[in-house]
Amino acid sequence: MQWLDARLPLPRLMYDSFVAYPVPRNLNYAYTFGGILALFLGVQILTGIVLAMHYAANSAIAFDSVEKIMRDVNWGWMLRYMHANGASFFFIAVYVHIFRGLYYGSYKAPREILWILGVIIFLLMMATAFMGYVLPWGQMSFWGATVITGFFTAFPLIGDSIQQLLLGGFAVDNATLNRFFSLHYLLPFMIAGVVILHVWALHVAGQTNPTGVEVKSSKDTVPFTPHATIKDGFAMVVFLILFAYMIFYLPNYLGHADNYIEANPLKTPSHIVPEWYFLPFYAMLRAITFNIGPIDSKLGGVLVMFGSIIVLFFVPWLDTSRIRSTAFRPMYKIFFWILVADCIFLGWLGSKPAEGIYPALALAGTIYYFGHFLIVLPVLGLVETPRRLPGSITEAVLAKNGGGGAPVGAAAAPDTKG
Amino acid sequence: MSVHDTAEPNRRDFLYIATGAVGAVGAVSLAWPFIDQMNPDAATLALAEIDVDVSQVAEGQSITAKWRGKPVFIRQRTAREVEEAKAVDLGSLKDPIARNANLPSDADATDVNRAAEGKEQWLVMIGVCTHLGCIPLGQSGPYDGWFCPCHGSAYDTAGRIRQGPAPTNMAIPPFEFTSDTNIRIG
Ligand code: HEM
Ligand code: FES
Repeated sequence: MQWLDARLPLPRLMYDSFVAYPVPRNLNYAYTFGGILALFLGVQILTGIVLAMHYAANSAIAFDSVEKIMRDVNWGWMLRYMHANGASFFFIAVYVHIFRGLYYGSYKAPREILWILGVIIFLLMMATAFMGYVLPWGQMSFWGATVITGFFTAFPLIGDSIQQLLLGGFAVDNATLNRFFSLHYLLPFMIAGVVILHVWALHVAGQTNPTGVEVKSSKDTVPFTPHATIKDGFAMVVFLILFAYMIFYLPNYLGHADNYIEANPLKTPSHIVPEWYFLPFYAMLRAITFNIGPIDSKLGGVLVMFGSIIVLFFVPWLDTSRIRSTAFRPMYKIFFWILVADCIFLGWLGSKPAEGIYPALALAGTIYYFGHFLIVLPVLGLVETPRRLPGSITEAVLAKNGGGGAPVGAAAAPDTKG
Repeated sequence: MSVHDTAEPNRRDFLYIATGAVGAVGAVSLAWPFIDQMNPDAATLALAEIDVDVSQVAEGQSITAKWRGKPVFIRQRTAREVEEAKAVDLGSLKDPIARNANLPSDADATDVNRAAEGKEQWLVMIGVCTHLGCIPLGQSGPYDGWFCPCHGSAYDTAGRIRQGPAPTNMAIPPFEFTSDTNIRIG
């Protein structure tokens, strides 16, 4: 080890980052989803590489090759179900992780770059999952690809050429499938690269914690190992149990029956919906059914949908509050939970057909979504009176445990629920 | 940036800039093949012509042909459908342009301009919703024409957009009747 360390200090880097690294002593389970995300990136890459050994990216045989994985390949059914449900669990984890960040103000100075890298990872994940879903070449694969690449035709003048560039033809076809497979293989490794930058930025700024008060002395922290390792490990095990339940008992619950019908370019299924993790964005896309000045309804919908993610990049500068953690912001706390409810509501609307009252409700939900980021965040920070912040992390932990006297060393349990 | 800290740009500055510029041009021209390979190749682009026999298509019936990977709806409309389409006031249309590749690009979206030349009961159009590309269902929706299940766009009996998020009328491809029973598309 010392021999290696003197030449390439990799063991030291690992030791400093994942063993000795000081973490705030009051982290709760919302903070374990970062580790879970890393685990699931690993799961997707591992299962993906073995699926790629049996999958054929050719529109004539792609569907059959996936059926062969399901029926013939040893353990193929399990590997494919792990990969397909793994994508869903990956998104569950990323949504918890993002809302955790919004709740505890993790995006505020000095962590803006850390937050922006996170949003980039989220975008790459969406692109990867979308292209992966095209690979089994079922009806939903085909029509999802048609609709989503259709977004680009919304841009005036250059739109059609961009779409043809992406598809390699006038409609989704073999050329499209091949390039999507190539990119679906590539992007997860790009995600892994950005994850490294993300963790690096994290280790420069340090973790936030449920009080939002910065670490002030070594009494406020505990070493990563064993404290965070064990806690993250326990959360992973619980999450993996849920994952296993889905794989073995409800493997197709999150999928669509239509995707077990081979792609037919001449027939659109009567109700096409994307995977659940895209539904809120899909609802926003469909909410714009009218022209806004020179912007027609189609371009409007596409801009709103992309805008809903772009706005996340600006959150560090939209929030004017000096207080980091929502725990000490009584009014913002209410708006935060309304936002969560609004996103779930939009997701539900996205799964409904675009008829009757649904588009109007989706419009209301969309307006609220943007209102939260563009109005509530800047204004509330100026008018709200926050609660008194604790002097330090240690003070907050001791107050909670009703103690004050007993000195609590680094060996004390860090998981006082915060 | 130059080695000599003079205010006047000297010959060396010029050489740096010239070298950088040539390098940038080289990098861009090398990037082009890597981007252009994604575009449709010549075989895909070749405007395939197809002939469709429509002798079996009676009034009120439609068939779907496949052209350039896309469906083309060929419908012999009923007299009532034609009447309905003619009765529409052009001012009430969301898209007032014919979108007919056989006519000038500013032609009005009248029923005559949408239908086959001299055979108004025949409608030949690319059956792709102009919103995001789904295939609308025939003879359904509030305007008796086509209805797109994807995001709820409704087209009338002349394939004109009337309601929903789609921006334009469905496109009419270049085509002609080569005889009374044969249509050549492309
Ligand atoms: C960020 C990580 C990844 C995500 C979110 C993801 C997502 C997906 C999704 C949603 C599907 C469709 C599953 C279905 O309904 O059948 C899929 C299929 C597929 N993916 Fe991935 N994937 C990831 C990484 C990878 C990697 C690294 C590889 C290869 C090295 C890979 C190879 C494949 C293959 C071959 C298929 C087609 C077989 C099938 O449909 O099960 N994936 N992926
Ligand atoms: S694709 Fe037809 S309404 Fe969206």
